[in-house]
Amino acid sequence: MATQTTDVTPAPDAGLLVEEIRVAVPERGLRHDLRAAGIVWRRELIRFRTDRLRAITSLIQPVLFLFILGTGLSALAGRGMPPGISFKTFIYPGVLAMSVLFTAIFSSASIVWDREFGFLREILVAPVSRAAIVVGKCLGGATIATFQGIIFLILAGFAHVPYNPLLILTLIGELLLLSFTLTAFGVMMAARIKQFQAFMALTQMLVMPLFFLSGALYPLAGLPAWLSVLTRIDPLTYIVGPMRHAVFSHLAMPASFQQQLAPAITWDGWAVPLGLSVGLVAAMGLGMMAVAIAEFRKTE
Amino acid sequence: MDTHADTNGAAAGAGAAAAAQQAVISVSGLTKEYGDVKAVRGIDFEVARGETFGFLGPNGAGKTTTIKILCTLANATSGTALVAGHDARTERDAVRRNIGLVFQDTTLDSYLTAEQNLRFHAELYGVPKAAVQPRMRQVMDMVGLWDRKDSLVSTYSGGMQRRLEIARGLLHAPHVLFLDEPTVGLDPQTRSSIWAYINDLKRREDITIFLTTHYMDEAENCDRIAIIDHGKIVAIDTPEELKASVGKDRVQIQTADDTKAIAALKETFGIDAAVHEGAVTFSVASGEQFVPRLFAELPVPIRSVSVSRPSLDDVFMSYTGSTIRDAEASGGDAMRAMAQRFRAGMGRR
Repeated sequence: MATQTTDVTPAPDAGLLVEEIRVAVPERGLRHDLRAAGIVWRRELIRFRTDRLRAITSLIQPVLFLFILGTGLSALAGRGMPPGISFKTFIYPGVLAMSVLFTAIFSSASIVWDREFGFLREILVAPVSRAAIVVGKCLGGATIATFQGIIFLILAGFAHVPYNPLLILTLIGELLLLSFTLTAFGVMMAARIKQFQAFMALTQMLVMPLFFLSGALYPLAGLPAWLSVLTRIDPLTYIVGPMRHAVFSHLAMPASFQQQLAPAITWDGWAVPLGLSVGLVAAMGLGMMAVAIAEFRKTE
Repeated sequence: MDTHADTNGAAAGAGAAAAAQQAVISVSGLTKEYGDVKAVRGIDFEVARGETFGFLGPNGAGKTTTIKILCTLANATSGTALVAGHDARTERDAVRRNIGLVFQDTTLDSYLTAEQNLRFHAELYGVPKAAVQPRMRQVMDMVGLWDRKDSLVSTYSGGMQRRLEIARGLLHAPHVLFLDEPTVGLDPQTRSSIWAYINDLKRREDITIFLTTHYMDEAENCDRIAIIDHGKIVAIDTPEELKASVGKDRVQIQTADDTKAIAALKETFGIDAAVHEGAVTFSVASGEQFVPRLFAELPVPIRSVSVSRPSLDDVFMSYTGSTIRDAEASGGDAMRAMAQRFRAGMGRR
């Protein structure tokens, strides 16, 4: 295997510089790809850290849903709730899922942004696999969106959700998976949509229906057939369900209430196991990431 | 694992290998079509190792498209392009490892600091960890930005950003540096400082530079120039040879009546003149000796006269029939639309 070596000898007047800096760009290999994915991931984190405004504004919407809508509807919806269980507790898992929605999508939007501002070209001319770039991007978006979710997790107590370590860990894991899949979806879209405005309009148009159909605000049992079908098509359903299950299994209440409020997702009467539900979301994320990689491999 | 035809030249081989060793860039029969638009219509050229080679032409002539093909950002419709001994279509990564790029629009992340931008590049190119810090310092010192390494790029001026891009393009010690319009949009003072850095760079590093420009005065900095117009190379040589090939002085006169003056020049001297840049312009073998005759015999009053030795402008004019500014001004909407398309296309990948 030949490795290219270039000797860079600075001019004598280069001051205190070392005599000779050997820079050899290596053949592509797994280590190189990992470094590339790593730096793409790290850039997401740096930008998230420097953009505090984004972190705060992304929290406004879930906070409104939980405290304003949640409190306001309590009087009405509370009647259907078992004694001692708040409506806010019921919608908390769904709103938690919402808290990562916008951050994940927005992080993939930066690809469209980077394209308009040229930075994408810097990435695309690098001697590194497109897969490394896309994987780094998806994991970066997943990480910062999960951070966002964790901030919202801190508010769990206000919705009477217990701070149980096992519950918290389960929810963080599920948030990470959800964020990854959402970012992969966004990256896949960003590979094709070149205009920032169009990208934002399209994703916004998709995000709200995804949220409303996921059962974030109502139980998935006893719905009219048409709505029932739509909720089963929504990918978000398959993560909101397990999240609610996690929360409710940590609350003290009779099993019948659990059946009523956090029913299993059913396909024509067959209850989808939690593992399959979560696996579906993961498979979708990986599938969309694969499409994104294929898109970025194309050359004009 | 393919063996690189190392441009350092150690690789011994057949006659073909020896030839490739001299030519760092070798292009033959290259064409590129975007739908119906023929951006590049069959060009051939070679760039030798260590050379500074300039692609000169008006906007939309096919310069950027050619660079995109050489840099693996676009596939040629037909023809081949070898860069550092590797095919730009089939051995992308090998080409990418060997080249540095500075585009005409900025490709920096303005939300990161200068150092973060460079570190990003180093990681992406797999620069050995131990070399990253010293090399970063070296290239930033070269463009005089080390003191500002911790500033956000968004606080940089246009000239500083361009310098940082040049530094970044050099970070992984490429064999070929591509500069696409490196000074476009900069004020004259900044332009000349960019050129000072480029010339300094030629002195310090063993590097081949391929650049495009539509500034005539900048093309003079090149060892060799290819003049490209409407997707074809119309001339290729050193600036001196190109100027010598024109062999005529350029005379520009301001007259009271340009139309009459042009007619009179034709009638009296048999000279074809035309209005360029607001003055009646024509070429004659020895301008100084011609001027007295001009005053004596031209029936139209002359307000001013200027005689200039052949410049690259004249070279461009003699090969393409228009000055580069005229070509851009009258290039028409088709040209501009084409240029726009390239730019949009450039962004696409």
